[in-house]
Amino acid sequence: MSITASAEGAGRVRRPLGLMPTAVLLLGALYCLLPVAWVLMAASKTRGELFSTNAFAPGTGLLENLSDLSAYRDGIFWQWMANTALYAGVGAVLSTAVSVLAGYALAKFRFFGQNLIFNVLIGGILVPSVVLAVPQYLLLAKAGLADTYWAVLLPSILHPYSIYLARIYAAAAIPDALLEAGRIDGASEGRLLRVVAVPLMGPGMVTIFLFQFVAIWNNFLLPFIMLADDHRFPLTVGLYTLLVTGANQPALYNLVITGALLSIIPLIALFLTMQRYWRTDLSGGSVKS
Amino acid sequence: MRTKRLRTVLTALLVGALAAGCSSTPDEAAPQETGPVDLTFWTWAPNMDKIAAVWNAEHPDIHVTVSKQAGGDEAAAKFLTAAKAGNAPDLVQAEYQMLPSFVAAEAVADIKAEVSAAKAQFSDGIWGLVTLGTDGVYGLPQDSGPMMLYYRTDLFTKYGIAVPKTWDEYAAAARAVHAKDKTVYLGGFSSKDPGWFAGLAQQAGGQWWSIQGESWKVGIDEGPTRKVADFWGGLAAEGVVDTQAPWTPEWNAALNNGKVLSWASAVWAPGVLSSNAPDGKGKWAIAPLPQWSAGESYSGFWGGSSIAVAAGSKHRAAAAQFATWLNTDTKALDLLIKEAAVYPAAKGGQALLTTAPDYFANQPDFWAQATAISSSARGFTFGPNVNVAYSAYKDAFDKAVQQKSSFGAALTAVQEATVADMKKSGFTLVS
Repeated sequence: MSITASAEGAGRVRRPLGLMPTAVLLLGALYCLLPVAWVLMAASKTRGELFSTNAFAPGTGLLENLSDLSAYRDGIFWQWMANTALYAGVGAVLSTAVSVLAGYALAKFRFFGQNLIFNVLIGGILVPSVVLAVPQYLLLAKAGLADTYWAVLLPSILHPYSIYLARIYAAAAIPDALLEAGRIDGASEGRLLRVVAVPLMGPGMVTIFLFQFVAIWNNFLLPFIMLADDHRFPLTVGLYTLLVTGANQPALYNLVITGALLSIIPLIALFLTMQRYWRTDLSGGSVKS
Repeated sequence: MRTKRLRTVLTALLVGALAAGCSSTPDEAAPQETGPVDLTFWTWAPNMDKIAAVWNAEHPDIHVTVSKQAGGDEAAAKFLTAAKAGNAPDLVQAEYQMLPSFVAAEAVADIKAEVSAAKAQFSDGIWGLVTLGTDGVYGLPQDSGPMMLYYRTDLFTKYGIAVPKTWDEYAAAARAVHAKDKTVYLGGFSSKDPGWFAGLAQQAGGQWWSIQGESWKVGIDEGPTRKVADFWGGLAAEGVVDTQAPWTPEWNAALNNGKVLSWASAVWAPGVLSSNAPDGKGKWAIAPLPQWSAGESYSGFWGGSSIAVAAGSKHRAAAAQFATWLNTDTKALDLLIKEAAVYPAAKGGQALLTTAPDYFANQPDFWAQATAISSSARGFTFGPNVNVAYSAYKDAFDKAVQQKSSFGAALTAVQEATVADMKKSGFTLVS
């Protein structure tokens, strides 16, 4: 890398190699952003324009769509938005807390059954959560918790992949020597967790939080099965009721599309604000090795 | 379409979970009730909460809480799952073709004692859809979907074709239109809408399921339905009907910009057209479906639903009372028409429809025509595994359309899949 600035010939050789990856990445970006652009454009179209004008031409009905959506059934859309924020926010915080505690314990302590627990977790990662939704519903129905906020929150808390991630991260980010030093200085295990482990795991926690937040925000099947009362629906299930309205009703396409656009805005905002917490190598220089 | 795939997966999951079996059974209903009761009601009809509010104001003893659900197959699967878990609502909207599977799963109650007085309000054909040809009554009909031909009056004139009276005339017109402009079709064949095909089979006189003594008979691959399949198969092979998947943006665009001149659909189509083909306002009209023999006048049903009472409901009498009010009371029917935009199944409700839909302002006698067509519609008994037959239809006819293979063979595949599933589920069949 250091030679490119001065050596002209070497630079020429490297350029075509650098173009290919950039082109591939640009293609990938285009692939990802085109649907977003479509949603953005479609949300601005009136019912008449939606299927009759060019897919990527802006329409004239964005404000009308927004006010229609807000007016739909006395603003139930915003209730769904608030529900989703609750499910995703509380669920992701609880899930992150559980994952960090479990991951830290698995990474830094030796205890009976440790490997068994870890292997079961690995197994848990392989089971898609979709498969568990119906059994979870039957279980929670027995416990009398179906159709409550808990029905969506509880199954979101334990997420094997997040625990796995937390374990890997804790193993790499928290040097054993640091914990040792703390113990020698007389810190309790609780204090070690609070003062040493959690700050060092910060970037990992942010990653887990974001993963879980997005996963719960986009989750469809679990709330679809669990919830009967439409005032507890999250956005995904709520918008679905607008889309699948029975044979004798027209689907409310423009409301669904506008709702979909609004529902991704908080996610984008969250990513942009949380990005700065992704600092790595917090423990750089804390121990000599 | 992504939602379609999602729906298939959803339905498969929910149904699979049921097949795996869960032991909890719904509590026995206590029919007699004193004091105020609280009923929950799952429906996908819009503004049903407003209609329930009217009921609640008049009936302080019975309070109905509406929970708006998504419609379609998943709604049925979700209800069955909830019923198995003992969590079902008291009242549920059930499409006619789904009712038999609810009865087979013992998820809905026989409310004959409570509602038999309402029988006179409905035509025999529609009442048969909630009795399933048995002595019981498993729901009250809410809306129905008699089929008719929607066509573009201006473009029929432009291409010089008359409204087809028979299916032969329809085929001739389809060829004529497509010959004049290769991008234009008279109409479409839908491999995605088994309910549409079932309606056409009903018109032809098909009987897909029937009960003979203690056994079931499946008659999908029989004369009348064969005739329908071969007819559309022939037109599709010639390439003179549109076989693209309906309910897609492309299909909407084709309806909107006049690339498709007619649509054999049900009475609820104005809602779809006004939403998906807004430019066609005032240009569409309705006529009876083309007939198989000149001089006949038959139609079939596509869609429609009933209100059933869950077997697990602790307030069966109160629930039946509400369902009866909703679907027979003049005030309720008026609300259903105005707020929920349904075509009521009750005779009294059809009489309330006088002003043509805004989209059909050019056809002032829209409802008079629709009522006449409705009285000529004949249905058939739905069997306990309509979902299997319907998904077999989608699979087989999708393939037949894509590979341009025989529609008759596809129909045989549907029959075989349906029969195999019923045998597996332990029904006895007449061979």
